[in-house]
Amino acid sequence: MIRHFTLDGKKIPFREGQTIMEAAQDAGIYIPHLCYNPEFVPHGSCRVCTVKANGRIVASCTTPATEEMQVENETEELQGNRRELLQMLFVEGNHVCPGCEKSGACQLQAVAYYTGMLAPEFTYFYPMRTVDSSHPDVAIDYNRCILCELCVRASRDEDGKNIFSIDGRGINTHLTVNSASGKLGDTDFDVHDKAAQVCPVGAILPKHEGYNIPIGQRLYDRKPISVVGDVADHQEE
Amino acid sequence: MSGKVKVATTSLAGCFGCHMSFLDIDERLIALSELVEFDRTPITDIKEVGPCDIGLIEGGVCNAENVEVLKEFRRNCRILVAMGACAINGGIPAMRNSFDLKECLEESYVHGVGVEDPQIPSDTEIPLLLNKVHPIHEVVKIDYFLPGCPPPADTIWTFFEQLLNNQPVEFTYRQIHYD
Ligand code: SF4
Ligand code: SF4
Repeated sequence: MIRHFTLDGKKIPFREGQTIMEAAQDAGIYIPHLCYNPEFVPHGSCRVCTVKANGRIVASCTTPATEEMQVENETEELQGNRRELLQMLFVEGNHVCPGCEKSGACQLQAVAYYTGMLAPEFTYFYPMRTVDSSHPDVAIDYNRCILCELCVRASRDEDGKNIFSIDGRGINTHLTVNSASGKLGDTDFDVHDKAAQVCPVGAILPKHEGYNIPIGQRLYDRKPISVVGDVADHQEE
Repeated sequence: MSGKVKVATTSLAGCFGCHMSFLDIDERLIALSELVEFDRTPITDIKEVGPCDIGLIEGGVCNAENVEVLKEFRRNCRILVAMGACAINGGIPAMRNSFDLKECLEESYVHGVGVEDPQIPSDTEIPLLLNKVHPIHEVVKIDYFLPGCPPPADTIWTFFEQLLNNQPVEFTYRQIHYD
């Protein structure tokens, strides 16, 4: 039996067990997200996909849809909350977009554009972070990691390598690499691993291709993410 | 009173790229000059900012003089605008924030390629560097932000057009980017 819930006044069908996010995606409706990727178990940590379901604030990627549920998604209030979350992500890391190879095909940027963020506006942390270029084919720029945990899930659940994990607490939370030296070059990480394809930002970057696609001609340079979707779906291009 | 809107602009820790983009509005500059009168800007070469309606700031703050100029602009401008990535988040100059100031100075003036008579400049004429480069909203209140490195000429034009016509400032998707 097909059941339905209401998303911004529209009737959306769902199957038993589907989350709000999954049902919305099947119906072709965009709910902004960073740590969600349909290929992996939802993590529910970035909170960008927060919606109001029957008046309660919930992450749409982890909340199952239920019959007759009333969900708000694209409201001024929720977009405002999302914008502030994104602003906090920007000031917590070091995001110098004009100098970033991922610029134009970065989901953090794209979701920020979608919510109408013009500037981060908060006080910058300017944390001291490093770049790991020890691997021959892939570099990690920790300045841009947003702790979405997608590389962790991809390496653990698909590559079966467990190369990444998230360590520490609060503002000291950080991504670590599972090798004695902590360097990516000392793991069996491979550029063809799933974990090399899922980073939504410019933290895990393949080397030697930098600006093959010029700035201005990239995925989100012309069309919003609500139209073209996640960067992970376009990696092969 | 001329009835024209008074505009001042300056570049702090920027590269003048935003100003170049401003000039890129091309022949629309003529239309703009019918509506506005320029006070202190690199275009008029006026050195002191007077009372203005709109102040455009390019660049973040990296030294004591930047802070002084920025505060002077805030005192004089009714509407203050952060123009471009550096004003908004420190931009490329803020990449030095990953290092100690001392390390940066030594890299350039002591260990730099081809440096003779290595010494860190300390002339009193040179404004003192801040430990970190900061976006301007951390120093004064900012009324509008124009992202981009630089913001496209079209974005700057749209901003003026809407503001001068008392319309809410709104941009199209293509007018907003952070790079
Ligand atoms: S990762 Fe994205 S938001 Fe961060 S600097 Fe790169 S392009 Fe900008
Ligand atoms: S490196 Fe990329 S994929 Fe991994 S946690 Fe950070 S942002 Fe997410």
